[in-house]
Amino acid sequence: MSSTSTKWLVCGIVNLTVCLVADSCAAASAQSSPTNIFAPASEPAHSVVGLSLFVLAVCAAIFFVVFSLLVYCLFKFRRKPGDDGREPPQIYGSNPIELAWTVMPVLIVIVLFLASVRVIKAVQDAEPPPGAVEVTAIAHQFWWEFRYPTIGVVTANELHVPVTNSSSPASTFIRLLSADTDHSFWVPRLAGKTDLIPNHPNRMWIAPSETGVYLGQCAQYCGTQHAKMLLRVYVDSPEQFREWSERQTRPADVNPAVSEGRHIFEMNACVNCHTVADTTNPRDSKFGPDLTHLMSRDTIAAGAAPNTPENLRRWIENPDSLKPGSLMPAMGLAPHEIEALVAYLETLR
Amino acid sequence: MATDSIALYPTQTNSRRPLVDQLHAWITTVDHKRLGILYVLYGLLMFGVGGTEATVMRLQLLRPHNDFVSPQVFNRMFTMHGTTMIFFVAMPLVFGFANYLVPLMIGARDMAFPRLNAFSFWMTAFGGLLLYFSFLGGGGLYGAGSAPDVGWFAYAPLTSQTFSVGHSTDFWTLALLVSGVGSVGTAINIIASILCTRCPGMTLGKMPLFVWLSFVMGGLVILAVSPLTAAQAMLLIDRYLGGHFFDTQAGGSAAIWMHFFWIFGHPEVYVLVLPAFAIVSEVVPVFSRKAIFGYPVMVAATIAIGFIGMSVWAHHMFTIGMSSNANTFFVLSTMAIAVPTGIKIFNWLGTMWGGKIELKIPMLFCIGFLFQFLIAGLTGVMQAAAPFDWHLSNSYFVVAHFHYVIVGAILFAIFGGVYYWFPKVTGKLLSEAIGRVHFWMFFIGFHLTFDFMHIPGLLGMPRRIYTYEPGRGWDTWNLIVTVGVFFQAVGALAFAFNLLWSYFFGEKAGSDPWDAWTLEWSVPSPPPAYNFAVVPEVRSRRPLWDVKHPEDPDWKYE
Repeated sequence: MSSTSTKWLVCGIVNLTVCLVADSCAAASAQSSPTNIFAPASEPAHSVVGLSLFVLAVCAAIFFVVFSLLVYCLFKFRRKPGDDGREPPQIYGSNPIELAWTVMPVLIVIVLFLASVRVIKAVQDAEPPPGAVEVTAIAHQFWWEFRYPTIGVVTANELHVPVTNSSSPASTFIRLLSADTDHSFWVPRLAGKTDLIPNHPNRMWIAPSETGVYLGQCAQYCGTQHAKMLLRVYVDSPEQFREWSERQTRPADVNPAVSEGRHIFEMNACVNCHTVADTTNPRDSKFGPDLTHLMSRDTIAAGAAPNTPENLRRWIENPDSLKPGSLMPAMGLAPHEIEALVAYLETLR
Repeated sequence: MATDSIALYPTQTNSRRPLVDQLHAWITTVDHKRLGILYVLYGLLMFGVGGTEATVMRLQLLRPHNDFVSPQVFNRMFTMHGTTMIFFVAMPLVFGFANYLVPLMIGARDMAFPRLNAFSFWMTAFGGLLLYFSFLGGGGLYGAGSAPDVGWFAYAPLTSQTFSVGHSTDFWTLALLVSGVGSVGTAINIIASILCTRCPGMTLGKMPLFVWLSFVMGGLVILAVSPLTAAQAMLLIDRYLGGHFFDTQAGGSAAIWMHFFWIFGHPEVYVLVLPAFAIVSEVVPVFSRKAIFGYPVMVAATIAIGFIGMSVWAHHMFTIGMSSNANTFFVLSTMAIAVPTGIKIFNWLGTMWGGKIELKIPMLFCIGFLFQFLIAGLTGVMQAAAPFDWHLSNSYFVVAHFHYVIVGAILFAIFGGVYYWFPKVTGKLLSEAIGRVHFWMFFIGFHLTFDFMHIPGLLGMPRRIYTYEPGRGWDTWNLIVTVGVFFQAVGALAFAFNLLWSYFFGEKAGSDPWDAWTLEWSVPSPPPAYNFAVVPEVRSRRPLWDVKHPEDPDWKYE
């Protein structure tokens, strides 16, 4: 065998390894992604990342030791040109060596195991502190329903929670339910994912320490439009959160100027799935997102498009054009009806 | 039984029988070698199909908001790709190797139950046809056909009649049920053959490691496939007889399906990787010119992997809300399995240490295996740390990890095995030059695709999405991943070309082209129907070493 092929093989392997490590570091350190798991902004994401970096470091160390042995073997023990063709000394094994490379991995495993258990217990067995915000998240094909049982808010796809700090501790405990298939709640900068499984209530919590918008999406395949079941979490200052929840608990505005649109909404199947809680309609649980304060949201169709009049028109005319496979049907409305309907929806502030 | 006893075998004549007779002979064969070849050819054919499905997915994910295929088609592609690659590529390939090689290595003239063997192969083969018939018949009489779109682990309740109308899920269920019967049949056959048909002198402690690993693999198949088959029966009862096992709307449990599936699904990984270990454990010693290092420890580690492998399944379920105690248990069991696996890697390195390594193509693929399996194992340890897995689970990191195992480790070992045993099977050597093109193209493509696939996972990209939003830092990585696919495709085509070209025009191999030590190299290539003219008698783990080195035989040391 030529020595060049060994060199090629080793060079290839070394290059790839270096590239991979360099790229991972670049990806991990840069704030290049709004969903980077290594840029935590909340507990439990902070402690999870702490553990993750420790595990990564241990694994990287093991990799470099074993990889170096492999490379050394390939260089040192390759059949030399001009070899005498005799078989090398046959060695059948060695008990002390076997013992050594059994005990060392056992010790490493014990350390990694204990480090993991500490975080598991701290995250999973945490009890809600006084002042914690309670939210029930109900996953649907293919959108999120958020209910705040203590403050009486019902909204969709955009979860608002208060920031938590030492002056106003307010972590958020989320009860996770599903109305149909399996889903998973994953906002990487806030917490790891937890599944929403029908008939199997789950729980998770977050304690975000920086205000801002955090992106995520459904992380368990849930049907045709799993990809566009996006998720936005708004971490508000305590004042913003109070203001937001007060507005959300008010009934919808009733504006006579858009009564035509309101009529279309109520006389078509829209009203079977969507609630607009005003003076005549109670706030009720239905198949589709609550629209009482639709215009307070930045996106429509579970984050598939910005909430603009143009997108609302497209969405109502043919939901499949924005989100193929969405369960909302096209109602076959005339253009002037869609105009009136969008005008009505735009008053739902 | 030695190389010089080749003279005992009559020279094989190229009997030219009519094509229809030859085909009839292949279809009705109960010869373990022919069935082994059928298994491998079936696996390679389906590999082309599954690879095409992967290519469709990668083209769709080339850039954000791409519309190469619709979400419906994409969802069918990943379901069919996963199901095909596991049940109709990987399983047939590893069964094919075991079928062909185990009797030859233990000095037997066939498997213990030749007709069960044929039955099992055809069950698997027809299971695959049933799965693909869903493209025509999945929608039933009422609509156009459609393949299943529930994902290869088909979580409930997406498979209930409420969410999966038509018959696509039924084709999936029945295909797995049918091929599962075939898998259990072959597993029973492998175990019975190893226990009952070994040649004189071959005690359990003198079996080649390939045989030991196939034995443990057989045991795992019986333990793992049975719960899957049971779950498929329960799903059918749910869908057609009003059962509520997984029907969450009537009090059934989605989590029970997950447990049933993964108590199959995780041991299945070992079902596939143990035969890869088996190949590497034969190739590495021969091309290092040394006996395997630490044979008894290798056997013990294999058995340990078999047992521990049955107790790790719920590490696929760290995010479903199990109690902290349950999660703790599965962290420990999963990390524990890294110990015997690590021991295996060290023993292969110990075998190379002090040897005279020859980088022929089979060894090249095994070096690729060692390197990639090391990384796959370490990313596995990362996911065993449950809190880390709360992020990694169902992200592209997991997809990269298990492709590292299944492609980087298992498929590389199988390629190595094909280059190593092709001369025995056909009597012709595979071309070394085309082999190098195959290796390098596949190696480069594999690393472009699967190294860079880890990163979008760390940046929050979930698996099974037919498209993604721009501005999440995923675009470049997905582009590189897709580019890698074309290198892999060129590698795979070079391999297919090599098989055909070398079969017709390859260099004659002779009975023992690698100067190897196990019994299959003592018979002509290809071996005659009855394998051994005289049933051999062995005194050590390397009977041909004893023959070639009468002054220094192995049995003096074992």
